[in-house]
Amino acid sequence: MIPLLRHARYVLSENPVTGLAFALFAMLLVAAIFGPMLAPYSPLQSNAAMALKPPSAAHWFGTDQLGRDIFSRVLVATRLDLSIAFASVILAFMLGALSGVAAGYFGGWTDRVVGRLADTIMAFPLFVLAMGIVAALGNEVINIVIATAIINFPLYARVARAEANVRREAGFVEAARLSGNGEARVLLGHVLPNIMPIMMVQMSLTMGYAILNAAGLSFIGLGVRPPAPEWGIMVAEGANFIQSGEWWIALFPGAALMLAVFCFNLLGDGLRDIIDPRQRT
Amino acid sequence: MLKLLLSRLATAVPSIVGVVVVTFMLTRLLPGDPAAYFAGLAASPQAIAEIRTKLGLDKSLPEQFVGYIVDLAHGNLGNSLSTGQPVVTEIATRLPASAELTLFALILAVGIAIPLGVLAAVKQGTWIDHLCRIVTTAGVSLPVFFTGLLFAYVFYYLLQWAPAPSGRLDVFLSPPTHITGFYLIDSALTGNMEVFWGALRQLALPAISMAIFSLAPLARMTRGSMLSVLGSDFIRTARASGLAPGTVVFTYAFRNAVLPVITVLGMVFSFLLGANVLVETVFAWPGIGLYAVNALITSDYAPVQGFVLTMAVLYVALNLAIDLLYGLVDPRVRLDS
Amino acid sequence: MTAVPALAVEDLSVEFRTRSGIVKVLDHVGFSVDKGETVALVGESGSGKSVTAFAVMGILDPAGKVTSGRALFGGADLLALSERDLAEQRGRELSMIFQNPRTALNPIRKVGQQIADVLVRHGGATRSDAPRAAVEMLKRVRIPDPERRVEAYPFELSGGMCQRIMIAIALACRPALLIADEPTTGLDVTTQAVIMDLIGELAHESGMATIFITHDLALAAEYCDRIVVMHAGHVVEAAPARELFAHPRHPYSAKLLAATPGETVSLAELASIPGGLPDLRRPDLPACRYSGRCERRIDDCTKPLPHRVVDERHVVSCWNPL
Repeated sequence: MIPLLRHARYVLSENPVTGLAFALFAMLLVAAIFGPMLAPYSPLQSNAAMALKPPSAAHWFGTDQLGRDIFSRVLVATRLDLSIAFASVILAFMLGALSGVAAGYFGGWTDRVVGRLADTIMAFPLFVLAMGIVAALGNEVINIVIATAIINFPLYARVARAEANVRREAGFVEAARLSGNGEARVLLGHVLPNIMPIMMVQMSLTMGYAILNAAGLSFIGLGVRPPAPEWGIMVAEGANFIQSGEWWIALFPGAALMLAVFCFNLLGDGLRDIIDPRQRT
Repeated sequence: MLKLLLSRLATAVPSIVGVVVVTFMLTRLLPGDPAAYFAGLAASPQAIAEIRTKLGLDKSLPEQFVGYIVDLAHGNLGNSLSTGQPVVTEIATRLPASAELTLFALILAVGIAIPLGVLAAVKQGTWIDHLCRIVTTAGVSLPVFFTGLLFAYVFYYLLQWAPAPSGRLDVFLSPPTHITGFYLIDSALTGNMEVFWGALRQLALPAISMAIFSLAPLARMTRGSMLSVLGSDFIRTARASGLAPGTVVFTYAFRNAVLPVITVLGMVFSFLLGANVLVETVFAWPGIGLYAVNALITSDYAPVQGFVLTMAVLYVALNLAIDLLYGLVDPRVRLDS
Repeated sequence: MTAVPALAVEDLSVEFRTRSGIVKVLDHVGFSVDKGETVALVGESGSGKSVTAFAVMGILDPAGKVTSGRALFGGADLLALSERDLAEQRGRELSMIFQNPRTALNPIRKVGQQIADVLVRHGGATRSDAPRAAVEMLKRVRIPDPERRVEAYPFELSGGMCQRIMIAIALACRPALLIADEPTTGLDVTTQAVIMDLIGELAHESGMATIFITHDLALAAEYCDRIVVMHAGHVVEAAPARELFAHPRHPYSAKLLAATPGETVSLAELASIPGGLPDLRRPDLPACRYSGRCERRIDDCTKPLPHRVVDERHVVSCWNPL
């Protein structure tokens, strides 16, 4: 652990951008946890008199067509956007890591079934498949989570499979098996924990993509429904006003979205440098 | 080469089977009663029962699957509720618009990403290398629908350089004679320069938005593989033989470095086909993506299923083409198979 | 003997910039190669043999820098030439072949084209007769069925065949000097001899000077006129091959010789050289970089290295030679 920390400090000092990513991440976390408390206005309260006002001292990000405060809406939306992305990444990780580890460890038909499943998902353009899944399962937030998890599943399954395959014959696994542990116990207690670091990197790398995907789905009207504050849907609402010059309605939620994705992409690269320096490009 | 083609075709078959099975499952997964959905919101119970028989939903699942396959084989993807038209016809008429946009975006992305990646690798550590890093990190972080909106605001509303984000052609211009369905090609072939420029101006912003989103993996891979190839033994041989720097970088290094770049093209197409839906929505581009989004809003499911299937089949075909392209460039693959 | 040597390296120093400091890889290296002569550069890996060759060829890594010295070749100093002028010389006047021939050739270009590229670049042939010239070159390096083989890709050929292709590329423009950097590493034993014989014959035919880089003293003795022994970036001894074998003067040469399996020596009698190469990043490197491993070290060894001339052709850098 100590060498890992020292290496982390080295990577941070070499690459200040990763430090910036960590700072952004902390900011997002604060917004997600305390957002509703910090917001100066109610995100849902409309006010016809104040509709479509550009940014001002009272409304930092301006107001939308219903006179709602955009700053409050952007802030409050952080929780929903991050929750959707986080939940889908966790789900993808659980499905992918378990089936991938099983495929790599047992081989044989388990491997073939998991491989076939992953290949079939990869045969679709991923966003299009997500659209199809949400359309079929119903227009609910939970289905965005499921769809995003499904399209990320092959990535996790493949990484987990490769890692488990390498470790199948490793000494510590052999030792665990010989000391009388059942296969499931060896798998969950010894193989899985060892591939956690690499899966963590994978999770932070796919987090940005999950945010983009979820926001994209709600942009075309899937999942999240108005008036719920969510970045994708807010950009969609703002899109109607771009041609008449009311730029702030779409700009601020879009910028928040961009910043969040940027943060997780940088974080993923930084974590990879810390955990797996060989992969560095 | 024929052998390679056959072996690659054979690997595409399970993908197509998987795609067909998944799209079939998606139609059966519809929440509640699929017949009710296909019948529309205002349908009477009799109408729903009729639809159920018509769709074969009263039969067993295997029978339904066979029916689905038979329909597909006849090119029948059902009818759109809102327009009453066969989905196949509507997708076929709208496909050229999407294809023109996607291919133009791809050409832009490749045209920017590859020179950028090559330069970043050859001049490692200079400003162009840093530029490449910024572009690749920022590119994947930009939601494509947001970039599209920003461009529309800046270039249409503020600067008025670009036309209104509303479709393939200004309303005052009539589309060129249909030859390929690609406005740029058709207008160029018929010598209609006014329409050509008009179509190009409409195409520019959506295509650039998509290109920015998809060029990141290309540039990243080009830089990485150029760097590793430039450090390889045979480049040292080429330099030791006194070959001109241009020959070393292009004929020797680049042709080898392009191989991994071809393999990420699959991912790039996945990005592009997804981004296509969002960009068509932003720019009111009359392609199959916008068709699917409009159908989604009205709970018109047959077009959505048809769209998903069409996109998946296109994607499998594109991956097949990528495999063949790889074989063309790499003699080891071509001659070994 | 000959008035002007084919190549004279004088006072060559090279440094590498690394994360952990500056590595003084070569320190005032000097030797010369006469026209038509075959000289071996011998030493352990890390002794600077290849770096010497790369510096002369001007193909050092970007991290490497020549800090002093000259390499006189055909009346010009190669180290002072611009990259453009040097590239004109490379492949035409001086050529190099490498170890691991299979990775040293462009994997996706036909071998005939790779030969033709060099010929066309240096005006040895026009684009239109380059293919025929490439076939001629394959004949010269004794590749059977050359008309068919020019169409082959490296992965379709054996390691030995690939090294012949490398030789064909290097010799296509009949250079005055060939540097062969461990050309037989990675080849099986019978192929090794064939390749060495081939290089020897071709050099003899055209009166070409050859620098042969190896860690194998026996191989060097068999094929070379003269041997230059390198250790940790220094030239420690240079002598005619036969004389070095009979009377090595530098303690390191003697150890190297004792570690070389000959006909009479059994494996058990092979000596090993104690210690490793010194850390070349150290700022306080001793004047004699062998002194840390040397059994004949004396007080004088801290003084700057001497240049002791045993006879006209035999030079040793040691305060206490054998």
